[in-house]
Amino acid sequence: MRKVLIWVPLLLFLAFIALFASGLFKPDDRIIHSRLVGQALPAFDLPAAASDRPGLSSAQMAGGKPRLLNIFASWCVPCAAEAPQLMVLKQAGVEIDAIAIRDARADVDGFLARNGNPFARIGLDARSAVQIALGSSGVPETFVIDGAGRIAYQHIGEIRADDVPMILEKLRDAQ
Amino acid sequence: MRLILALLLALMPAVPVWAQTALPPAPWADRQIPDASQEREAKALMETIRCLTCQSQSIADSNASMAADMRSQIRERIMAGERPEAIRAWLVSRYGDWVSYEPTAAPILWPLWGAPLLLLALGALLLRGRIRRRRS
Repeated sequence: MRKVLIWVPLLLFLAFIALFASGLFKPDDRIIHSRLVGQALPAFDLPAAASDRPGLSSAQMAGGKPRLLNIFASWCVPCAAEAPQLMVLKQAGVEIDAIAIRDARADVDGFLARNGNPFARIGLDARSAVQIALGSSGVPETFVIDGAGRIAYQHIGEIRADDVPMILEKLRDAQ
Repeated sequence: MRLILALLLALMPAVPVWAQTALPPAPWADRQIPDASQEREAKALMETIRCLTCQSQSIADSNASMAADMRSQIRERIMAGERPEAIRAWLVSRYGDWVSYEPTAAPILWPLWGAPLLLLALGALLLRGRIRRRRS
């Protein structure tokens, strides 16, 4: 009994080393997904963020047809990088609404003039309240909303050129 | 001289470089609630809510604009009479248990809660063995 017990501390020590080593080498997933995927959009009603687009309310997102909800900001660099992909999606017939986070109208107007405007409606979320209610953890993010106004998919980070077919498929799945 | 300068530069804290908004912070982000007991509740909650931008900090410690907006929202909701635990539950329903530093009573955490009792029991057992051996 004693002979066996004497090895226990060493074995425990080695087990801890193995645990820490596996934690060190395993790729870390720091992306926090929204728990609202599969649920209805939280209710919101936002004023217009840009001069030539109306504001956005959650009721307008349940229009019977799947659409995209893009979370962006004029001060966000990757948001400008994903603008061409949003344009491609728009040209493919996708309806895109947007929420501008912590933004000001003049800045949003400038951003849209520089990067193009693929959005039908843009709501202004000046204090990130809707972003937090959506379980979104940053900009840019894009939600696929089904025809009934439920969140079908959350894309975190910018949409790259090779993400476009996947987004289109998610929109078809949400039909 | 140059070496000292280089050393000083190296010791400077890392400054986050990502773009943040130019808007002023939300009204209650860095302002205390006039009612001290409400401010205590809000502060205690903010210290156990994790920042989504700087993931190892609480929102009370973080300078990220999203953390400031969360602080402001928490203070406003506490002033409106909402209980801190209700706000925590609301955030957890958005971001998962990840967002809270406070361990819950979920079954997966039972070993965590049980470990101190188990270790104490083990210690008592060892002690009893020792005392017995010494007496005999």
